[in-house]
Amino acid sequence: MELPKDIARKKRRNQSIAFWILRLISFSIVGILFSILGFIIVKGIGAISWKFLTSWPEDGMTKGGIFPCIIGTIYLIIGSMIFAFPIGVLSALYINEYSKKGWFKDFIRLMTDNLAGVPSIVFGLFGMSLFVNQLHFGASILAGSLTLGLLVLPIVIRTTEEALKSVPDMFRHGSMALGASKWQTTSKVILPIAYPNVITGLILSIGRVSGETAPILFTVAAYSLPKLPSSLKDQVMALPYHLYVVATSGTHVEESRGMAYGTALVLIVLVLIINLLANWLRKIFSKKVKMN
Amino acid sequence: MVSNLNKQLKDFKERFIEGILMVSGTVTTVAVLLIIIFLFKEGVSLFGKSPLENNISILVNEKNPLTAITAAQIKDISDQKITNWKQIGGADDSIILVTINELSTYYTDDQLGDNLQFVPDKVNELVGKTPGILGLFSTKNLGDKYTHKYLSIKDITIGSFLFGKQWFPTATPAAQMGILPLILGTLWVSFGAILFALPIGIAAAIYLAEIAGKRMRNTIKPIIELLSGIPSVVFGFFGLVVIVPIIQKLFHLDVGETGLAGSIVLAIMALPTIITVSEDAMRTTPRLMKEASLALGATQWQTIVRVIIPYSFSGISAAAILGIGRAIGETMAVIFVTGSANVIPHTLLQPMHTIPAVIAAELGEVSQGGRHYKALFALGCVLFIMTFIVNLIVQYIFSKRKHNQV
Repeated sequence: MELPKDIARKKRRNQSIAFWILRLISFSIVGILFSILGFIIVKGIGAISWKFLTSWPEDGMTKGGIFPCIIGTIYLIIGSMIFAFPIGVLSALYINEYSKKGWFKDFIRLMTDNLAGVPSIVFGLFGMSLFVNQLHFGASILAGSLTLGLLVLPIVIRTTEEALKSVPDMFRHGSMALGASKWQTTSKVILPIAYPNVITGLILSIGRVSGETAPILFTVAAYSLPKLPSSLKDQVMALPYHLYVVATSGTHVEESRGMAYGTALVLIVLVLIINLLANWLRKIFSKKVKMN
Repeated sequence: MVSNLNKQLKDFKERFIEGILMVSGTVTTVAVLLIIIFLFKEGVSLFGKSPLENNISILVNEKNPLTAITAAQIKDISDQKITNWKQIGGADDSIILVTINELSTYYTDDQLGDNLQFVPDKVNELVGKTPGILGLFSTKNLGDKYTHKYLSIKDITIGSFLFGKQWFPTATPAAQMGILPLILGTLWVSFGAILFALPIGIAAAIYLAEIAGKRMRNTIKPIIELLSGIPSVVFGFFGLVVIVPIIQKLFHLDVGETGLAGSIVLAIMALPTIITVSEDAMRTTPRLMKEASLALGATQWQTIVRVIIPYSFSGISAAAILGIGRAIGETMAVIFVTGSANVIPHTLLQPMHTIPAVIAAELGEVSQGGRHYKALFALGCVLFIMTFIVNLIVQYIFSKRKHNQV
């Protein structure tokens, strides 16, 4: 027969074994992240130079730089945000401030969640069918930006909604009590309080847009272009697509590995900076709210 | 008077703004509907189309009792998997496949004519005297001389599309539009990914929710969230240059591009989702429950296993399903590492094709409005339906959880 003391000791031992296993697993996940980052950095850092960032690809993508891809990605970020940011914010304002509780609001929320769950390649198919073919935009910045804009719309809406929810109701009541109209309250009181978090959402969406490949495959991306785009109807080269083609389907896959590592590093650094910026802003904002 | 007008103007402005907001509010709904309309418009038009190349006729002898044949049967016959008419419901006679290329084994160049002008006559003659013949000729090689029997080909149906066992959309003369290998490939890779990611993810979630101190948690959590910010194309590239060679060496394979490589990459990508969602679920366990368990003399570990995990079970299953949904729809990470195989996979150590990867790889090369183009949109429909169902299940679980908590 086991003594109660022994049972207690056994229980404690089991617990500490289990906890160490869990701790180990959690740390190894962090390890995975750092090994991915470390690998890309170590392999890619050799390719990075001022020339790499500012010159054009040469010799069938084996030499030169990725300048047009960087410019193309910036164009796509701007294009998709011009479309998605205002509509997303207005949409969140409607859902959170204006619409009344009921099936309509639930339905809109449900549809927003569903849109967020649509696979990115389906956005690509849709963009090709509607924007490229039906509306005759062709493969262009316009078609690509609209497709990417739709893709990040749920993210903009969700983060803006979170920002609006964090504004205490007393601000709304106070403003209304002073005789301000609904829109005056929303635009002069609520948005100014919520806007740092809204901007965080904008930054997160930019991070998402800059890394997406599948939606731009057929709507805007080009393997190689002789010059920078000059209108909304032009195609662009883009960082994620460039990495994809250089790593898989170029004619000199082995020779262009250096460029692939360099592109991956630029892409990862871009996305990390964007995410860290968003985190930093969020922290500043939460401090500010506490002070209130 | 003036103030009245002002008030009216103000009212109008308010209502105008509310209208604009409402229109913006419905944008996502409109987007989902448009996606459904455009996807299905292109996809559904595939069904009822002939899988046969344009202008090709299937010729048989009058004695042949068959009237129709399927695209899969034509492929099997040209691969010599089917060699007797009996196998597809005809008479007991071996199949003699004749196309324009084989004609020269039956007739000399002189007999066919300098400019092949006698081909129509000879085809007609050959079909007439060979009971087991299966002729595949373009109308240009038949002219108006042909007098014997035609076989019709069965159109592409939803059934033959979903359950067809081969995906060779550009095969000639009959395209093979069966997506079963792609559906199974997608499921193999996704479930493989969850098999890896779920135990690890739950372990990390338990650690973050119950064991880690506040400082440790505030360090690890943002790092794991960073993992979800890395673009999928970078994961795919990492998988290609690191994981694929490791798998090839480890299992002594000819190629490392396998379903397993896809599962591992997708597992890494699914981890942040699984960890965040299940940690949130565990955190909602009421304090009272935990303390009651501890007060009864249970250790913290026993409390986790017997109280917290059962309580948050629905949240954890939502995390798993959400992870599967993400994995099913993921394109770029998979396209790098799973290789491509158009036949039904049997183990994770085989190359596989997934639905999104096939769409991404093939849509660039097809002509707009063609059969292959439509087939890829139909694939998009299948993918959309799969992920839509997954989303609805997750939303149902979440709404039920919320309901229970109130």
